[in-house]
Amino acid sequence: MNAHGLLELVGIVPLLPLVGAVVLVFFGKRIGEPRAGWIATGLMGLAFLWSLVMLAAALSIPPDARSVSSVLFTWLPADQLKVDMAFLADPLSITWILLVTGVGMLIHLYAVGYMHGDPGFARFFAYFNLFAASMLILVLGNNYLVTFLGWEGVGLCSYLLISFWNQRESAAVGGKKAFIYNRVGDFGFMLAMFLLIAEFGSLDYGITGKAAGTAAGGVVTAVALLLFLAVTGKSAQIPLFPWLTDAMEGPTPVSALIHAATMVTAGIFLVARAHPFFEASPDAATVVAWIGAITALLAGTIACFQPDIKRALAYSTISQLGYMVLALGLGAYTAAIFLVLMHAFYKGCLFLGAGSVIHGDDENQDMRVMGRFKSFLPVTAFSMVIAWLAIVGVPPFAGFWAKDGIIESAYEDGKYGLWAVAVIAAVMTGVYMTRLIYLTFFGNERFRDLPVPDPLLAVSGGSDDDGAVAVVDIAAYTEAELGYDPDFAPTVQYHEPPRQPRLHGHDPHESPKVMLIPMVALAVLAAFGGLLNLPIQGLEFLDEWLAPVFKGVTQPSPTSFDEGLALTGVAFFFAAIGIAIAYLLYRRGLKAPERDPLRDGLGPAATVAGNAYFYDAGVSAFVDKPGRAGAKFLDEQVDTRVIDGSVNGVAHLIRRAGDGLRHMQDGLVRRYALGIALGMVALLLFFLVYVAR
Amino acid sequence: MSISPLVASLEITPSYYLVLAAALFSIGAVGVLVRRNVLVMFMSVELMLNAVNLTFVAFAKALNDTAGQVLVFFTLVVAAAEVAVGLAIIVAIFRRRRGATADDLTVLKG
Repeated sequence: MNAHGLLELVGIVPLLPLVGAVVLVFFGKRIGEPRAGWIATGLMGLAFLWSLVMLAAALSIPPDARSVSSVLFTWLPADQLKVDMAFLADPLSITWILLVTGVGMLIHLYAVGYMHGDPGFARFFAYFNLFAASMLILVLGNNYLVTFLGWEGVGLCSYLLISFWNQRESAAVGGKKAFIYNRVGDFGFMLAMFLLIAEFGSLDYGITGKAAGTAAGGVVTAVALLLFLAVTGKSAQIPLFPWLTDAMEGPTPVSALIHAATMVTAGIFLVARAHPFFEASPDAATVVAWIGAITALLAGTIACFQPDIKRALAYSTISQLGYMVLALGLGAYTAAIFLVLMHAFYKGCLFLGAGSVIHGDDENQDMRVMGRFKSFLPVTAFSMVIAWLAIVGVPPFAGFWAKDGIIESAYEDGKYGLWAVAVIAAVMTGVYMTRLIYLTFFGNERFRDLPVPDPLLAVSGGSDDDGAVAVVDIAAYTEAELGYDPDFAPTVQYHEPPRQPRLHGHDPHESPKVMLIPMVALAVLAAFGGLLNLPIQGLEFLDEWLAPVFKGVTQPSPTSFDEGLALTGVAFFFAAIGIAIAYLLYRRGLKAPERDPLRDGLGPAATVAGNAYFYDAGVSAFVDKPGRAGAKFLDEQVDTRVIDGSVNGVAHLIRRAGDGLRHMQDGLVRRYALGIALGMVALLLFFLVYVAR
Repeated sequence: MSISPLVASLEITPSYYLVLAAALFSIGAVGVLVRRNVLVMFMSVELMLNAVNLTFVAFAKALNDTAGQVLVFFTLVVAAAEVAVGLAIIVAIFRRRRGATADDLTVLKG
C-alpha cells in the first residue's frame, strides 16, 4: 500500500479510543480496576503509534501532496448541500493527532495511578477515551460539520469529567458552568455554519477557504467573528473565560489533558483551519489579536493572587491561550501552533505535578499551607522546576522559543501596542509561576502550622465563592417535605477530596512510579521541545512541515538573526523581571499562611485582580437580577399571554364556530335533500353560464 | 288498419326521450322533497335513477356508442344494492316505530 492509501486510513486513530469508550461503558464495571485503565491507555498508545505511521506516510510524499481526504459516507445529502462524513489528513491535523494521542497516552497512564481506589475508575476511563475520540474527530474533520461533531463531543466529555465527583456541589456547578459558557460559543459556530451554507453552499474547508478570498467583505468578517466567538468559548478567552477555573473541580488528570493540553487548544485549531477568513478580514484579525493580548495580560494578573495551586495554573492556561490567540490574530499561525505543542508539554507537566502534590498532601490544594515540598517530593519538584523554566521562557527551554516567537511576531508586524501588552503579560508569567514554585517547593514548611487560613481568602471568582451555592440544612426538614429519608446513607462511598486540608499526621509523600513516569516524560519534552522549531535556517522543522497548510500566507518573522536575538533578549529580560520580583517576595516562603506579601503590598488592587476583576460575580449578578426578571417577564407575559393566548384563542374560535354551525344539522332529511338539489341547480347554472358558453 | 298521416310523418328524435327523462327526473326530485313517507321518497329516488338510465340509452342510440348502454347496467346493479340496503333500513325503522315518516327521524339533530 502506498503512502496516499495509508493516509486514507487516518480514521483508525479516532476509532481506537472510541472502541475503548464503548467497551468501558458497557463492560467497565466487570473489567474493573486497574484493567480498565490499562485498556484505555493501551488503545491510546496504539492510536499514537498509528499517528506516527500517518506522520511517516505524510513525510514520504512531496509537501504539496500532503492533503488527503477520505470520505466514509455522505452524511447530509440535502439537495444542493452535500456534507460528507470525511476526514482530512494534512500537516495541521497530523500535528494535532500526534499531540492528542501522545500527551493523551501519558496522561491516561498517570490517571491509572491518580484514580486508584475511586469507585468510578472504569467510568472515568470510558469518558477519557470518549474525549480522546471526540477531539480526534474534531481535528480530523474535512468540513465544519464534522469538526462541530467533535467540538460538541469534547464539550460533553468536559462536562462529564468536571462533574465526575458529582456528589460534590461545586463539581456539579462547575460542570454546568462550563457547559453553558461553551453553549454561548457554540451558537457562534452554528451561526457561522449557517452563513457559510447560505453564502457558499458548502461546509468543506477547501471550498469555503478558496471562496473566502473573493467573497464580500462583510460576510467574511461575520463568519470570522462568529467562529471567533466559538473560539472564546472553547479556548477560554474574554468574554467567555470564567468556566475554565471552575473546570478545576474535576480530577487533576482531566485538568491536565482537557483543560490545559488539548481541548482548550481546539479554538486555536479552528482559527488555523479557517485562516482564509481571518486572512481576508483584517478587522476580524485585529479583534482576535487584541482579545488574545488582553486575555493574556488580565489572566496573568489574576493568576498572581490565587492561593489554590490548580486555579493558579488554570489562569495561567487562560493567559497562555491568550498568547496563542494573539499569534493567530497577527497571522503567525505556525508560532501559535508551536506554542500549542510546547504549552501541552509544560502545562501538562505542571498539572500532573500539581496533581502529584495534591495526591501526596492529602488532597490539599492550598499553596499557603505547603512549602519546601522539594524534600518530600523530589521527582515532582524536579519536573515542575523544568516546566517552570519552560513556561517563563528561560533559554533554552521550550517556552523561550515558542512564547518569545509570538512576542517577536507582534513587533515584526508593527503592532507595538500588542507587543507592549504581550511583554507585560510575560512579566506576569514570571511572577505567578515563580510564586507558585516557591510557595510549593521552596521556602519554609507551613503544612505543620495548621489550622488552615480563612477560606474566604481563597479568592478565585469561582462558583464556590461565598453565597454562590445555597447550603440547605437538611435537618430542618421533615422526611415528608424532603421526599426521602434524610438518614439514608448511600452504600457507595464516593472518593471525595475534602475542601479543607486536614491536619497532617505525617509528611507529604512522593507519588507512585506510574504517575512519575508521564510527568518526567513531559518534563523532558518541555526541556527539549524547542528543537522542533529553532529560529535558525534549516532547523525550522515545524515551519517547513506546516508550510503547505498556510500556503500564500505571509507570517511575520524577524528580518535578520540579530534583530530576532535582540527581540528575544528584550522578551527574556522582562520575564526575568517577573521572576526576580516573585523570587524576592517568596524565596523565604510566607511568614504566616494568611500573609501573602504580594497581596499585602498591592492592597485594594490585589483584591480586584484576585477576584478576577469581579467579572464572574458581575455575570452572576447580571443573570440573577435582570436575567431572572427578564425570564419572569417572558414567562408571565409573553408565554402566558402571547404564546398560550394564541393557541387557546384558535381553539376558542373553532369551538364558537362549531357552536354556530351545528344548528344547520337539524335532522330533517328532506331539508338536506333540498340543499343537495339547490346545490345541483346552482352547479348546473354555473356550468351553463360560465363553462358551456 | 290505417295510420293517420300525422302519425306516419312523426319521427322520434332523441330529444323526445330526453324531455321524457327530464320530466321523470323532476317528478322524482319533487317527490323526494315533498313526500314524508320514507317508502314513497325511496320510490321517487328510483324514478330519478331510471330517468338517468333513459338518457343514457337515448344518447347511446343517438351517438351510436354502446358505452351508455353499459353504464346503465352499472346503474342497475348499484340501484339493486341500494334497494337491498335501503329497504332493510326501512324495515328496521318499521319494527322500532309505528310509522316511517322522514321528519320524525331526527335523532342526529345537531
